Amino acid sequence: MSTRLATGGRLLNTAEPLTFTFNGKQMRGYRGDTLASALLANDQMLMGRSFKYHRPRGVVAAGPEEPNALVNLGREGRFEPNQRVTTTALFDGLEATSQNHWPSLEFDVGAINAKLGRFLPAGFYYKMFIYPRSFWKHVYEPVIRHSAGLGRAPKARDEDTYEHFYAFCDVLIIGGGVAGLEAARTAGRSGARVLLLEQTDHFGGRAPVDGGLVDDKAVDNFVEETLEELGKMDNVQMRLRTMGAGVYDHGYVLGYEQLTDHAPEKPGPRHRLWRIRAGHVITATGAIERPLSFAGNDIPGVMLAGAVRDYLVNWGVSIGDRTVLVTNNDNAYLTAISLKHAGLDVPAILDTRVLARDSELVAQARALGIRILMGHAVSSVKGTKRVTGVAICSQAGEGAVLEEIACDAVAMSGGWSPVVHLWSHCGGKLRWDTRLACFSPDVDNPPKGADGMGFVTTAGAASGMFPLDDVLHDAHAAADGVLTSLGFKTPRAFSAPHAARREEAPMAPVWMMPQGASAKLREKMWLDYQNDVKVSDVRLAAQEGFVSVEHAKRYTTLGMATDQGKLSNINGIATLAGALDADIPTVGTTTFRPPYHPISMGAIGGAARGDTFQPLRRTPLHDWHDANGAIWEPVGQWRRPYAYKRGLESTHDAVMREVKNVRDKLGLLDASTLGKIIVKGPDAGRFLDMMYTNMMSTLKPGKCRYGLMCSENGFLIDDGVVARIDDDTWLCHTTTGGADSIHAHMEEWLQTEWWDWNVYVANVTEQYAQIAVVGPNARQALQRLGGMDVSKDALAFMEWADGTLGGFKCRVYRISFSGELSYEIAVDASHGQALWDALMAVGTDLGAMPYGTEALHILRAEKGFIMIGDETDGTVIPQDLGLNWAISKKKDDYLGKRAQARSHMTDPDRWKLVGLETTDGSTLPDGAYAVGEGTNENGQRNTVGRVTSSYHSPTLGKGIAMGLVHNGPDRMGEVLTFPGVDGREYQARIVDPVFYDRDGEKQNV
Amino acid sequence: MSDPASALGNVSDASGMVGIREIGPLGMITLRGDLSLKPVIRAAVAAGGVTMPDARHCNTEGMQGIAWMSPDELLIMCPHAEVQDRLADLHDKLAKHHMLAVNVSDARAVFDVAGPCVREVIAKLAPVDMHPDHFNGTMFRRTRFAQVPAAFWMPDGQSARIVCFRSVAQYMFDVLLTAAQAGSEVGHFNR
Repeated sequence: MSTRLATGGRLLNTAEPLTFTFNGKQMRGYRGDTLASALLANDQMLMGRSFKYHRPRGVVAAGPEEPNALVNLGREGRFEPNQRVTTTALFDGLEATSQNHWPSLEFDVGAINAKLGRFLPAGFYYKMFIYPRSFWKHVYEPVIRHSAGLGRAPKARDEDTYEHFYAFCDVLIIGGGVAGLEAARTAGRSGARVLLLEQTDHFGGRAPVDGGLVDDKAVDNFVEETLEELGKMDNVQMRLRTMGAGVYDHGYVLGYEQLTDHAPEKPGPRHRLWRIRAGHVITATGAIERPLSFAGNDIPGVMLAGAVRDYLVNWGVSIGDRTVLVTNNDNAYLTAISLKHAGLDVPAILDTRVLARDSELVAQARALGIRILMGHAVSSVKGTKRVTGVAICSQAGEGAVLEEIACDAVAMSGGWSPVVHLWSHCGGKLRWDTRLACFSPDVDNPPKGADGMGFVTTAGAASGMFPLDDVLHDAHAAADGVLTSLGFKTPRAFSAPHAARREEAPMAPVWMMPQGASAKLREKMWLDYQNDVKVSDVRLAAQEGFVSVEHAKRYTTLGMATDQGKLSNINGIATLAGALDADIPTVGTTTFRPPYHPISMGAIGGAARGDTFQPLRRTPLHDWHDANGAIWEPVGQWRRPYAYKRGLESTHDAVMREVKNVRDKLGLLDASTLGKIIVKGPDAGRFLDMMYTNMMSTLKPGKCRYGLMCSENGFLIDDGVVARIDDDTWLCHTTTGGADSIHAHMEEWLQTEWWDWNVYVANVTEQYAQIAVVGPNARQALQRLGGMDVSKDALAFMEWADGTLGGFKCRVYRISFSGELSYEIAVDASHGQALWDALMAVGTDLGAMPYGTEALHILRAEKGFIMIGDETDGTVIPQDLGLNWAISKKKDDYLGKRAQARSHMTDPDRWKLVGLETTDGSTLPDGAYAVGEGTNENGQRNTVGRVTSSYHSPTLGKGIAMGLVHNGPDRMGEVLTFPGVDGREYQARIVDPVFYDRDGEKQNV
Repeated sequence: MSDPASALGNVSDASGMVGIREIGPLGMITLRGDLSLKPVIRAAVAAGGVTMPDARHCNTEGMQGIAWMSPDELLIMCPHAEVQDRLADLHDKLAKHHMLAVNVSDARAVFDVAGPCVREVIAKLAPVDMHPDHFNGTMFRRTRFAQVPAAFWMPDGQSARIVCFRSVAQYMFDVLLTAAQAGSEVGHFNR
């Protein structure tokens, strides 16, 4: 039984009892518990089922390295799967359910997989499920997805909020154990800006659990005194519950702060993502204990020796009354000694080493009367859902059982590995430490910044320094070195504190227990608990030729679970090395990638959710549109009215009504989103002649000209009307989507290529509300507003004038994208709504109605006007669209000219723009391809053209379309076949793209 | 002519850690030119009513001021009603120089954010070092707030003035509200 002891539990506040439920069962814990310690205190050792074999699993660790004990947490808007019980702080009312089992945790049908284990080795899926091909999608995958898997996906909307925070510091210290504290104190004394992050809710790390003396006082005192000193430093900031999640280029680090996970009733955001720029990063991330590979090492009750000690000292929890310790090092003896001191039984210590004489801790254990079996090992663990005993053997042998010892817990220790993840995220290299049998940071190859210097330094156990005295000295020296490199002076008066040293016997690496274990035993030795990868699987991978560690990892899924192999990595690499008869360092490690420990998607998104998911750009008339039936269409980040619905009419009917109304009476369009860029200077004309295919320098002030803009590769990128304002000022209209990109395009050419030309540009898109007044009654409406002469003689087609209309100071452009009599009125945005209201008022009996983007599209298509993004797709040149008239022949050069002269661009076989008219008046499907004779090399029908725009024209009462067709302009009258995705074949005749008012009589009135 | 309308009708909120208020419209002129030329500086100073700011700084005095935007660009601020006069004056004074001066008052939305947590609220949205030792006095930043471009400065230690594009005024207001929500104090800049 695991239970709460009467004494102990330095992190508990027993004055504050809490209740929580696990699988609906009510349990009790205390403030300060993790969910893991609270479950153990309630004798809930079985916490979940494994991924593949559905083996019963309990907690094996006490920190973020825990692979087994993942639960579903909370409900509805606060439901979250795969939460580690070891990193989940207990709060009152917590609800947890176990995952990956059916029908229940205690009885799981999926456990049959374990019986079939020998038929499910590594690579089984790859080999088994290849044939027949169709079975994968329809049979195998659904079945596997159902049986393998962790928590459920949340269904309700997350009800919490999240945020980001940008922080800057000279020295960022990750880890608030004794090394981090000593480094922070050293850095703080120099006056540097220091930020210290600690992932748990307390400082001090493991040191208070392991004990020791610092400057002749208990290590707890050192922690307290250091915290007190740090608390007085204005230049030091400390954050608890904040994990250093990832280290990136240029000293960029992500921190993950859990604000309310331990107290969900608190207001404010749940998580905060710290986006930190650090001058230098010190990782004081400690070390993780390694499991030992023996048969049955995954049975609930088998736990890391350090974790057993943590639960005992931190939370007053005993894992069992009788604990057998199995170890290859001295450090684990601390567990046996602590258990003995707590009054619990340790029937035996199995030490794989044979020491010539007892080291300090061994002698202490022996003095406590513990039976120590040198050179011994676990042959197998007895029990299924709970340890009942261990069969012991010689480590040197093949597993012949010498004796069985009854026990209800096994504490194991295979040595410690420094947490090198953060060091490695950005390229820090590792070296193999033969003495400690672990990979530790290679100080000569740190992750390097822009200056070629290392920007991460490790401190303490993260450097591979395990004795307390070494930890403190390493941390002090690390901080000292960092400060010197940053130009800070550290006070010489301070040196590292001294810790009492303990004489220790060296550890002896053990990668398999016993070293000559049979195949049968190897099939029960778990390396990766979460993904159910065993020693036998890695050996099989090696046998099948997976020599590279990265390949073997993917073949076996070793280290690919949500714990990213924190426990399995080194053991797996060592097993692979053993199978390949290679050295561990030559096999190498897999890549360490951020985050160190999973962080919430909410934290990554921050404020970007709901209304603020993306900026939504609104014109000055947005609210009016919204109040008047607008169906919104996203155009970039803008929202534009697609159409305005009236009453019960359909959107299609609204569009038809709007088109007809423009042709017959008067339509108003919010054109504010169109780009407006001012280009000014003595060289502005010359500049615009380069930007546009047309000649813009010859445009007279007061006149407008439609222009085309190409990339330097010749492709059409934007179009719009250019107005010459005065001798050295032009105003260029761009498409809605092009406003920012064309402005940037102009700036780039001016700044990088023609930096000596005297031209300034300014993007004034948002300064103006621009309203198109369109239709036969347009002039009358403007005349009713009064204030300036808008007659044909005073303001002819393609002219503009400044003036006032109805008291509004405005600029009126006589331009038309519909083929109707049309004015675009630009007014300062702050008066946009007022002008719109005035136009609607004077237009009431003229039939004024707003129209949306779909009506705009139909109106322009009826006139054969192209639309960037419909007729163009980045591969189309103006010549394809029959726009040769807009390409100046007089100019020496313009952007795209050279490209357009290349052979592929002048190829007569390029598809060219034509109009398309179905033979039965129906509307062609947008994007449909016309098919030609024969098939291509892939057996597909050859294509000879495609539809670029297609609409039903209410004006003409039939479908109209534009398309790019092979030799199109030469094939007028020919009928092409367009297969639709609806199974129909559409027949369409090639016609002139101008369907309506070819001579432009309507716009020239 | 109607009264000029700001993007959000001077909306305000005082429910969070800071007060948020849309102000304006303010008069704003983009001036591009050679900022090393005395006549350009003189004209800018006359239009802005304050002395010429250093790079990445702005000088302001009530409604008027000059902000340094780039090596060849200034933002000149003034009361909305005076923009046309000041613009005309700039054109007059710099008639002989290559420059561009244009009214951008209505392309912008302006927010005042005030309260003891103002630095924290900004640091949640803008990648700027808001520590009082590193951002203070007449400093001015062109940066972004969450996903939109913005510029800001702090007229005093307790408040900031933020300028963004008019079309995203609602977004700016919404992200400021979120960043200022009660219970989200960071405590990073005060001890």
